[in-house]
Amino acid sequence: MSTNTVSVTHENVAILSTPINRGDQPHGVLGKLSRALSPMKGPLATTLKYASLVAACLAAVLPLVTIFMASFKTTQEYRETGPLDGPENWFNFDNFVTAFMQGGMVRGFMNTGIILVCALTGTIIIGTMTAYAIDRFEFRGRKLVVGAFLLATLVPGVTTQVATFQVVSGLGLFNTLWAGIVLFMGTDIISIYIFLQFIRAIPRSLDEAAMLDGANRLTIYARVIFPLLRPAIATVIIIKGIAIYNEFYLPYLYMPKRSLGVISTSLFRFEGPFGAQWEVICAGTVLVIVPTLVAFLFLQRHIYNGLVSGATK
Amino acid sequence: MTTTTVSDEAAPRERAARPRRKRGRDSGDGRIGQGGWRLTPWLFLLVPVGMLVLFTYYPLANMVWYSFTSWDGLDPVKEPVGLQNYIEVFTRPEMFQVLLVSLYYLVGAIVQLILALYLATVLSFNTRFRNFFKGVIFFPYLINGVAIGLVFLYFFRPGGTLDAITAMFGLTEPPLWLGDPDIVNISLAATSVWRYMGLNFVLFLGAIQSIPAELYEAADLDGASSWDKFRFIIAPGISRITGLTAILAISGALSVFEMPFVMTGGANGSATFVIQTIETAFTYRKVGLASAMAVVLLVIVLLVSWIQRRLIPDDGGELV
Repeated sequence: MSTNTVSVTHENVAILSTPINRGDQPHGVLGKLSRALSPMKGPLATTLKYASLVAACLAAVLPLVTIFMASFKTTQEYRETGPLDGPENWFNFDNFVTAFMQGGMVRGFMNTGIILVCALTGTIIIGTMTAYAIDRFEFRGRKLVVGAFLLATLVPGVTTQVATFQVVSGLGLFNTLWAGIVLFMGTDIISIYIFLQFIRAIPRSLDEAAMLDGANRLTIYARVIFPLLRPAIATVIIIKGIAIYNEFYLPYLYMPKRSLGVISTSLFRFEGPFGAQWEVICAGTVLVIVPTLVAFLFLQRHIYNGLVSGATK
Repeated sequence: MTTTTVSDEAAPRERAARPRRKRGRDSGDGRIGQGGWRLTPWLFLLVPVGMLVLFTYYPLANMVWYSFTSWDGLDPVKEPVGLQNYIEVFTRPEMFQVLLVSLYYLVGAIVQLILALYLATVLSFNTRFRNFFKGVIFFPYLINGVAIGLVFLYFFRPGGTLDAITAMFGLTEPPLWLGDPDIVNISLAATSVWRYMGLNFVLFLGAIQSIPAELYEAADLDGASSWDKFRFIIAPGISRITGLTAILAISGALSVFEMPFVMTGGANGSATFVIQTIETAFTYRKVGLASAMAVVLLVIVLLVSWIQRRLIPDDGGELV
């Protein structure tokens, strides 16, 4: 990206630098506007800028804040107060207890935890092996394999479930935790992509040196490449972990049994039994959001970087 | 088991034949073949490629096949019906309804892009609390989809947050945000904007910040205004990511699923193409017809990606 866009901008700067103070040769409507306002621009622009940022933050936060407030209200209080009023007692955790115990959130967190650990382990092993094979070997069919992985990123997962469903039930995985684990492991291409980008930066001379010491390919993969991929593994754990934690449709379709509820499906089932008890639904929602918030606060930088490398593939 | 024995036999012959055949394209690491025999890469790829085939390509092939049958998902016999499913996909009146619905999301995606671009630009100039603003605007993207669905069910419900806010501005009889078929898709598209805008915003911000600072300094020396800087430095610098997201918005708008599924279940005319496909397959058990719908969507998505690759050249960071 950088090389060609930068050259474009250089040209533009050249265009821009010569006639810059022609004063009133406006570039489009906005240019005209900005020039018209220029005498009082400093303070006004700053005010506008912060006003719009604050408005955006309010829009982002307000729906969450009202849910948060409602989760502390008693049933009666909820009925009598508006959504914008705070709760009487900020330490009323009754709704959280109800959500946890009756809503099956404990089980949800446990199932999600099991799937997370298994699927992440699998993804890391599979992804690093694939990246190693693709980057370090010259073999017939290599292009085909790479192409197959690339093409698979384009297939919208939700729709092919019509046919994947037959495979999963044919394997006898329907209504087992394995359905979730295997599907999260088997259909992940973004992590392979991230591993590939990292493995390229590991000098091949390391492989060769190890080989001179008599290491075979498996040893090189396990002892040289894998440990050096640690930053990539961290990135994959973060973005894949968030994706698994948030996934709703796969568990909904393949693990409908109540005892297999993950947090998404458990929370989804709140809509029925607690339909009239919004304060409990709100508490359940807060329970699901809080771990995400904590993870975000601690891992901000990694999350930004990981998502950018994953999203612009 | 059998494969290993076969390959053991084959290995010596291959090794003998190798120098002659490979000399042409042998690069630096050709010598590495010491302990690695021809099948080594495939041993590493066995599981990954196996899973890729089993969970992506095999279902895909099946789906194409189902789309030419009237299969119900259970019957051992799959009756071939030719193109009938495809004809039905393109002639059903519901089809136009769902296409109309995806237009709402497309408009939403455009609004989202503009908002994200504006906020990213504003934030890229000297700003206090930059990280705070960035974090708050981005955070919704990370939240669990079902949780977002419930948050906005509460937000839009009669007497909910939105009604309370509009009441402050004197609107005493608010519409049913999710109950009125004329409004429901706007509400849902707005929810999608709320959810995904943060990602666009961070991507734009990253692209803007990767523009070398000297360009801004040069522009400052020349007395450029903020608008000039946007027009001549930022806009060209982020054209690639803008094009990418704009085109992805098209396939994104067609494959909307989670938000309406969680919030309305597709009621009140809010069903999207994917919701309809899923319902056709798993509620009405018309796997053949649903497969045809899925194939149509797949073809559209592939087409859009192909156009994207033609219009926006890669930065060379591709896999091969």
